[in-house]
Parts: sequence; structure tokens; C-alpha cells
Amino acid sequence: MSGASAIFSVELAYWQQTILRSVGVLAAVLLPAGTIVYLFLFKMMSFMQSRIGPNEAGPYGSMQLLAEVGKWLQKEDIFPSKADRHLFAMAPYIVVASVLLVYVAVPFGPDAWFAELDAGIFYVLAVSSLSAIGVLVAGWASANKYALIGGLRAAGQLIAYELPMLLAVVGVCVQAGSLNLFDIVRAQADGAIFGWEAVGNPYILTQFAGFAIFMVATQAELTQPPFDMPVAESELVTGYMTEYSGIRFLLFFIAEFASAGAFAIIASTLFLGGYYLPGLDLDANYMNVVGPLVLLGKMVLVTFLIFWARFTYPRFREDQLQRFAWTVLIPLALVNILATMILKVAF
Amino acid sequence: MTAVSDREQLRYIAAQAADARINFEIETEGMTINLGPQHPATHGTLRIVAKLDAEQVITAEPVAGYMHRGYEKICEARTYPQINTLVNRIDWLGSFANEVPFILASERLMDVEAPPRAQWIRTAMFEMSRIANLVLFAGDTALQIGGQTAAFYGFRDREFVLNQIEAVSGGRFHPNFDRIGGLKDDLPKGWIAETKTAMEKVRAFCDEIDDLVTGNEIFQARTRGVGIIPADVAQSYGLSGANLRGSGVDWDLRRDSHSGLVHRELDWKVHTHPDGDCFSRWWVRIQEIREATRMVDQCLDGLPSGPIMAKVPRIIKVPAGEAYVETENPLGAMGYYVVSKGDLGPFRLKIRSASFNNISVLPWVLRGVYVPDIVSILASLYFILGDIDR
Repeated sequence: MSGASAIFSVELAYWQQTILRSVGVLAAVLLPAGTIVYLFLFKMMSFMQSRIGPNEAGPYGSMQLLAEVGKWLQKEDIFPSKADRHLFAMAPYIVVASVLLVYVAVPFGPDAWFAELDAGIFYVLAVSSLSAIGVLVAGWASANKYALIGGLRAAGQLIAYELPMLLAVVGVCVQAGSLNLFDIVRAQADGAIFGWEAVGNPYILTQFAGFAIFMVATQAELTQPPFDMPVAESELVTGYMTEYSGIRFLLFFIAEFASAGAFAIIASTLFLGGYYLPGLDLDANYMNVVGPLVLLGKMVLVTFLIFWARFTYPRFREDQLQRFAWTVLIPLALVNILATMILKVAF
Repeated sequence: MTAVSDREQLRYIAAQAADARINFEIETEGMTINLGPQHPATHGTLRIVAKLDAEQVITAEPVAGYMHRGYEKICEARTYPQINTLVNRIDWLGSFANEVPFILASERLMDVEAPPRAQWIRTAMFEMSRIANLVLFAGDTALQIGGQTAAFYGFRDREFVLNQIEAVSGGRFHPNFDRIGGLKDDLPKGWIAETKTAMEKVRAFCDEIDDLVTGNEIFQARTRGVGIIPADVAQSYGLSGANLRGSGVDWDLRRDSHSGLVHRELDWKVHTHPDGDCFSRWWVRIQEIREATRMVDQCLDGLPSGPIMAKVPRIIKVPAGEAYVETENPLGAMGYYVVSKGDLGPFRLKIRSASFNNISVLPWVLRGVYVPDIVSILASLYFILGDIDR
């Protein structure tokens, strides 16, 4: 029985379930993206940077988001004359699709899920790297030198940071003994820190190095400062997004914030116990309602870290970024895996 | 000319070797990229034609002149008080400082001297325009390197100084407050106390920027050892201001020449940094903001009483002759060469401003750097396009 029909305790036809899930994924993508944009891009950033503008539209600045979206929708959809039109039009959709696909494997509650995959985390990491293709396509098809450099930088960066991210997750998988995201949440809910069973065990306690590496790699995957060279507005204007306007730019923009949400949700699932909070019953039916809210709360916490760094740090140079990935993050992640394995065997 | 240290020489040789290596070792088809004329990093219409090998710059050539405004020619058709309003706009970020050398040159020709009170207020305003300019430099450099937040802090704290300039002159960006023989008005009531508060705020801003940017590892990684200009090169290209002092040359017109401002009577220090890289230029400018706030405080404390205007005729006619006065403006040495034939306006006016010389070193310094370094070098050299394209 699928997740959605289990929650509503009704039997639905396959096509009905599919429609329900498609709507659900869209909501799951747009809701966090909107929350993040409002909460962090408008409220937190304007507070941090002493600019009051975004707080002025509507009560508590809540209309600013609508105004921005309305503005983008009105803009003309421009194709550069020498652009590869089909690829140019396709690129933002590839990027958005990769975000949508990430949400598919996320457990929101015992029955609130889109698909339960045995190799869930493997699938998530594989699918999230699809966005590299979209970015590269965007950079190439724009027929613009800034965009090309941006696209190539993005590809190099996303490939370089895929590895530490993967290695950071390996520690969690070893400790949970599973690639399934549900099992990882379950293991954290009734787990023990290497034999010590006093509290439930969010893996951030044991896998803190892994969490740190995962967050750094996430920052790079999202092309957020300090790793925002692909869109570096002072060097490459806006990199691979230079030639995009209107709705297509909006898609890139949504994808950026939605994938921030997606990675934050993955990080909360892997390291912060997912939809579980100590004191709650993991498998109770109310978790289908409480769980998503808990997960959203954790996502907001994790995205706060991402955006805090974004608004504070200057930008690395491309070669410094690569050096950081290969000489710091990857060895650290390998040591973390080794330590986890030894402890796993010892206890 | 000061001696070049061994370390600087080694760096110089290393830079040359890097050029040779790029040219011979990895010969690929280069890509020409136009940074500008409208590019966020050039904050104005400067174009840099850069030949790239992947992300490394082989050659870079600045192309200036897109917004040429023909100041020197216009000035030949204006009277002296009218020129005063024009030259405000040359370096629009520190506009009051542009008036001062021109007025001083005219005063020298007319053999008038402003009363002491006017000189002290002039010096205070001169240093305030330096703060207004360099505070924005701090924010802008951070923005070019990717730190958004500092840029907004820069704009925010510039307001404190601009408010004070506005309070005294009525003009925010173009005070037009200087007159030949003195100043337009005396200070308004309560201005001195408010300005001191503003200076406190600027000092707080410097601390904030030190915490947020100067001490940041990423900022240091991006600026230390990047865009090194040794002292001999800096001097041969005619760099001035903080760019020269950032290369370790101890030269400051406020201290070294007697121009008609009262800097010599104040207690302050010229900061130099031996490295000659982007970070040292940044560091020198931040120190200069601090020194400028100290100078403003001292100017206001020691303000003599008396008139603010010397006796000058109602219609100003400058006697025939020539005068050149140079002052240490926010961007560097700025001088006016006034040739008068005894008319209402100058026969010829030559403006020497700092930015043009400051960017002339670009083709030399940009060889062999990465594309992101172009931006940090441009930001650290700090130019105003209006100042280049006079």
C-alpha cells in the first residue's frame, strides 16, 4: 500500500495516486522553497545586512515573495540569437527535475512518503547530481563566454564535491547498517551510541565530522557563497544564469532554494533523526502529520546554517575550492569512515 | 626611490617566470573575454579586454574613455566659481576633496589665503570626504570578493558622514562648499558634536569590517599574494595614494607637501604596508579611515574662531600666471594646473587625478592571474570611472 493512500485509509487507483503524488511533490518542493526565501532571503538577510526593504511589502513583508514572483512572470522570455534554443529552454527544467526527484525518496512520516527505496540515500545522491548536467547545458547553450565559464566551473565544482558528500554519508550508512532512509531514521530513533542507550541517537552526535563535511559539500553543491563561483556576480555577471530571464530564471531561482531545502532535509534525515523527535512514537499514525512538521522545523534549522554562511563569507577562488575539497574534505571523510567502522566492529 | 627588498624582487621574478610558463608550456587556443564596458566589477564603463587561457589571463588591456566628459575643455569656458561646481563630480564618492586643490591653486594665483578657521573646516571636510569614499571602498571590495553583507554596511555607514556633509553644505554628493578665499558658510549649530558621534560610528564600522572581512580566512586567501605591485613598478607607473603606500612607499602629500591644508598641525600617521598585494592596499585604506576619523576629531577640537572668508573681490578675476597644486585625495594625488591670462575663467586647466594612473598598471599586474583575481585586483586598486574619463 502506498504512503498517500495509507494516510487517508482509502484505496485509490494507480492514476489517482500518481496525480496525488505529483501534487504532493510539487507542494513538498515549493513549500520549503517559499519558506526559505521568505524566512532567510527576506527576513534574515535584511536583518543581517541592515536593509529594511524586503520587510515593507505587506504584513511582516509577506507580500514580497508574491511581488517577486509576479515580477519574474511578467518579464520577457529572451533567447540569445546564437543560443542552442532547445537546450537553452530545457536546462532549467533539468535542474528543477533533479530537485523534484530528490524529494521522492524522503521519509516524511511512517506512511507519508512518495516512494520507499531500499537504496534511498544512494538514489538521492545520484539524482541530486543531475543538476550538474542542467547547469552545464545552461552554460553551454547560452552562447555566452561568462555563461560557459560559469557552467564549466559549476560542473567542476559539483563533481569535486560529490565525492566528500558521498564519503560523509558512508559513515551514517555504516552506523545504521542500511542505505534505506527509513531504516536510518528508525536506527536513530531507537538506536544507541555505540552501545550506550540512554537517548535516541541522532547521528550528529557520533557523526559530527560527517555532518560538517556534508554541510560544506552541500554549500558547494548548492553553489552558495563561499562556493558560488559558478554564479559569481562580480566576476561572471551571474555565470550560467547570465542569459536567462523571466520564468526560466525563476525556475533556476526556485531550484536553488528548493535544493537548499532538499539538502537540508537530507541532512536532517541523516544526522538529526529525520521526522522523529525523542518522546514521540515513531510508528504512530499522528506522526504522518507531526512528522512532516518536525522535518520542516529541522530543515529550517539546517538551512539557517547554510544561509548564515552565505551572508557572511566572501568567495573562494576556483583552484582554492578544488584544493580544499581534495586535500581537506576527502581525507577527513575517509578518516571518519575508518573510525566509524572500527567503532562499529568494536561495539 | 626606496630600495626594493629581496622578497619583492623574488616575487617580481616569480611573476615574470609565470608569464613565460603560460606562454610556452600549455599552448592552447585563447579566449578573448570583454570585462565591460558594463560589468559589475568595473563599477562604471571601463572595459578590460582579457585574453584567457582557461581561467588564466594571458594579456589584459584596459580600454577607458566610454564616458569622456571633457572637463578640461569645459572649464576653459567657465568662470572660476562655476568650475568649482563642475569639479565636484570628478570623483563622485569623495566630492568635496575634488574642490580643494582647484580652490587652493586659484588662491595661490590670486595670492589670497583663507582664514585659519576656513582652513581647519576645509581640512575636516576634506578628511570626511575621504571617509565617505573609503568606507564605500571597504564595502565594495568585500562585495567584489563575494561578501555581500559588508557592502551594505559600507553604504549604511557612509550615510553618517554624508549626513554631516549635507548638514553643513546643503549638498549630499556635490557640496560645492569651497569658495576662493574661504568657505561658503560657517558651521551650523550642533554640528561639531554630531560629527564626533558620526566619527565614533565610523570607527565602530572599521572594527566591524575588521571582524567581518579583514580577519576572514577566505578574504585573506583571496587577497594575500594576489596582484603584487613592487615599489619600483608602482612608482614607474605613477601610482599614488593608498596603492603606492600599499607597496611600501612612504609618500603622502598631506605630510610631504605644504598645500594649504592644516594636516601638518595634526597628530596622525602615514600607514604603509610592505607586501604590495591586494591585502596590503586594503589594509592601508582601512587604517586611513581610522586616521581620518582621528584627524576630523582633532580639526574640530582645535577649530580656531574668526571669519571664514578672506577679502576677495565680488567678481573673481585671477591674475595672469600659472599654478599647480596637488593634494592627497581619497584615491591618490590629485592636482590642478591652472593657467590664467587674467580673465574670469582659466585659459587652460589641466587636471591630474589619481585613478587614471592607478589603473595604468593593470596590463602589467593582470598577467598570469586567474579571472577571479582580476576582480580582487580591480577592487583593491580602487578607481572611480569619472576620475579616469575626465
